[in-house]
Amino acid sequence: MSALLSIKNMTHYFGGLRAVSNFSYDIPQGTIYGLIGPNGSGKTTTFNLITGIYTPTEGQVFFQDKEITGMKPYKIVQTGAARTFQNLRIFSNLTALDNIRIALHFNTRSGLVSSVLRLPSFMNEERQVKKESRELLELMHLSSRANELAKNLPYGELRRLEIARALATKPKLLLLDEPAAGMNPKEVDELMSLIVRIRNEFKVTVFLIEHHMQVVMGICEYLKVIDFGETIAEGLPEAVGKDPKVLEAYLGKRGA
Amino acid sequence: MTKVKLPKFLIASVVFYAIIEALFRLEVLNGYILHIINQSLIFVILAASLNLINGITGQFSLGHMGFAGVGAYVSGTLTTIILKLNPTVTSNMGIFVLCLLAGGVAAAFIGFLIGFPSLRLKGDYLAIVTLGFGEIIRTVFNNIDYVGGPRGLLGIPKFSNFTLIFIAAFLSIVVMRNIIQSSHGRAMLSIRENELAADLVGINTTQYKVMAFTIGAFFAGIAGGLLAHLIQLAHPTQFGFIKSVEVLIMIYAGGVGSMTGSIIAAFGLTFLSEGLRIGIRALADATNLPIGGEWRMVIYSLLLIFIMLFRTEGLMGTKESRIIKIEEAD
Repeated sequence: MSALLSIKNMTHYFGGLRAVSNFSYDIPQGTIYGLIGPNGSGKTTTFNLITGIYTPTEGQVFFQDKEITGMKPYKIVQTGAARTFQNLRIFSNLTALDNIRIALHFNTRSGLVSSVLRLPSFMNEERQVKKESRELLELMHLSSRANELAKNLPYGELRRLEIARALATKPKLLLLDEPAAGMNPKEVDELMSLIVRIRNEFKVTVFLIEHHMQVVMGICEYLKVIDFGETIAEGLPEAVGKDPKVLEAYLGKRGA
Repeated sequence: MTKVKLPKFLIASVVFYAIIEALFRLEVLNGYILHIINQSLIFVILAASLNLINGITGQFSLGHMGFAGVGAYVSGTLTTIILKLNPTVTSNMGIFVLCLLAGGVAAAFIGFLIGFPSLRLKGDYLAIVTLGFGEIIRTVFNNIDYVGGPRGLLGIPKFSNFTLIFIAAFLSIVVMRNIIQSSHGRAMLSIRENELAADLVGINTTQYKVMAFTIGAFFAGIAGGLLAHLIQLAHPTQFGFIKSVEVLIMIYAGGVGSMTGSIIAAFGLTFLSEGLRIGIRALADATNLPIGGEWRMVIYSLLLIFIMLFRTEGLMGTKESRIIKIEEAD
């Protein structure tokens, strides 16, 4: 079977700076794959290229065997690739519930007219959306926060809210940009089991960027390491963890 | 257990209408006060529709009165020049409503066009573009002799009355409120909150920005048409930048994103402005001090500064009164 997400020779320049260089990656369905690398190595840029925020200078991205290179971000989301952000992008003046409901919007069918006239079909759909949103909040242990403004939630809960919001788009591929950033060890443990649970329950494929070695080594099934946009290593986590090039990139020369 | 939900806003509105109408019939309210109420209601439509663009969708627009101008001139041209409608004939009222809608549709079309530059621009830059658009619209009216040029369109039949303006204001609020409290409204809110995040949960942000401009412009066009047929005049200066800022002030004073705030501010500021006119004249007469009408704007502006200093988020913030808000079922 071919890969769910297939990136072929992707290169991206910011002016004269080559941020991502000849990047290829095949991510099979149902897996948890990781992308690691030091700060500024081009990880988030890679995500931005996959999700359509930038269009790659060269190369192609295939999702479910269809090319998505250069497609608008909202279209890519609608085909089933959702993401979270390294530095949270929450709708902070809206409630936790509304944050989720917004992500369910593109799957709703009520038009403007039936919304204005509050037709029964619209009312039913609104109820359905609310029910689904509550289920997602429940899954993320955020039920008690449903009617709280997002800006009043603590950091760890916002991270979970953002994952819930991404799941609300009913993705096949979930891109997580440093999901463990800023979390304490206990929260990290919970996050790891949560990611595995999401993969199993929602049948999503997870592609994550992470700094946190515990997370990467703990749940990733395959890893790719980049530095200055170049792929320097890839393979199973244990092998990558011992690769001298990787240790050099992270710890400096002679660090090993 | 299901509880029957009363249409609170409908009841409140009918009560308001009945009280004003009764007071007017009993001659407690004179024509002057009723005129100010009519103007306030028109400003309710203008402020609420700008709030949809600015407060809900977060697109800063400085040319809102330009849309009202399109509505005023299109409906005014239809009733005054083309159809020469006689306002004393009752059956003409229906035709007038159609002319009013035509003005709204024309304004919506212009709003649709203005929506496009807003796709690329944000914040200050968008404000400048909408400012430019508003001024273009005003200048066009100023230079078309067919509609009176700089003299304005004169002799517009007086079709607007309290009942009609009231119904228009009521329907505008209901329609916009229902949009805001729907999945579409939440999509608009998400653009205000974080456009990139909205995009990445599958919202077609382009479509919703254009939609907000189109709907907002439609209601502004209706308001413009009502105003022209109330004061029997459409004049380029009525629809310039300064007037757009007045509407903008209303939504900021009332609370950006709150329809309740827009309604309160439209009434409050219209009455305040008129009240100061009377107050200053009375003060000048009583004390023989040389204070003229120009002091009205000084006091008005000072009051606004105080509102902004002590209540930066506006009177209502983003909150909605329970009368206006639809309570959601679980």
